[in-house]
Amino acid sequence: MTVIDVQKDTTALTLTFVAEFDAPVDRVWQLWADPRKLERWWGPPEWPATFTRHELHEGGTVNYHMTGPDGTIAGGWWTVTAVDAPRMLAFDDGFAADDGQPHPDMPVTHAVVTLEPVDERRTCQTLVSTFPSLESLEELAAMGMEEGMRQAMSQADAILAEG
Amino acid sequence: MVTRTHELSDADVDAIFHALADRTRRDIVARVIEREQSVSALAERYAMSFAAVQKHVAVLQKAALVRKERDGRQQIVHAELERLRRAQQLLDRYEQLWRHRVDRIASILDEEGP
Repeated sequence: MTVIDVQKDTTALTLTFVAEFDAPVDRVWQLWADPRKLERWWGPPEWPATFTRHELHEGGTVNYHMTGPDGTIAGGWWTVTAVDAPRMLAFDDGFAADDGQPHPDMPVTHAVVTLEPVDERRTCQTLVSTFPSLESLEELAAMGMEEGMRQAMSQADAILAEG
Repeated sequence: MVTRTHELSDADVDAIFHALADRTRRDIVARVIEREQSVSALAERYAMSFAAVQKHVAVLQKAALVRKERDGRQQIVHAELERLRRAQQLLDRYEQLWRHRVDRIASILDEEGP
C-alpha cells in the first residue's frame, strides 16, 4: 500500500486522500460493500466497529457502533447519497445519539470514495471528505487525534508483548 | 469520546462559512496569503467595482480571516494566518485517521492474498 497524495484545502475544508492498494478494484470494493469486512478496518483495533444495518443503495442507511475498551459505545450512521458499484460510493457520515438515531448537534461529513484500476492487480482509491464547518472539523480532528494515540498505544503494547 | 480542543462560537463559525462560501472571497484569501495587498490592487483583479471588492473584504474581516491596516491613503489587506493555520492543523489530524484506516485496509488485502 502506498499513500500517493494527500491534499488539504483549508478554505473549502476538504481532505483528499489518495492511496494505492495491491488488489483489483472488486476486492477493494468488497471492503466497503461487505459489512463484515468493513468492520475490520473502520474502527481502530481498540474500538472495533459493528455494522448493524448496511444498505448500499441511493438513500440507503448504514448504522454502526464502535465499542471501546471500557465498554463505551460510540454510534454512527451513513446515508448513502450515490453508489456505482464497484467504482464509486458517496455518503453523509454522522454520529448517532444513544437511541441510534442521528445526533442533531453533531457534525455530518460528506465522503466520496472512488476506486480506479491502476492495472489488473492494483487499485487507486480516492477519498474526498468535505466538512461543513471549522467547528465540525475541530470535533472530528479531536477524534482522529485520539485514534492516532490509540493506534500508537496498541502498537507499543504489541512490541512490549514480544518482550 | 469527542473532546474539543478549541472552541469557536456559533457566530464565529457562521461568519467563517458565510465568508468562504463565495468564490471571489476565497480568491481574495488565496491572494493575500501569498502577500498582503491593498484593496485597490485587489479591485483591479476582478470585474466588479471597488465598492463591491471592499464589501467582500469586509465580510472576510468580520470572519477574522483577514485584517485591514491603513497605510497612508491605502488600505492593506493581510491574511490572519493563525486562523487559517488552525484549519490546516485540524485537517492534518483528520488525515491521520484516514492514514490508519488505509493501513488496515492494506493489511486485510494482504492477508486475503492475491
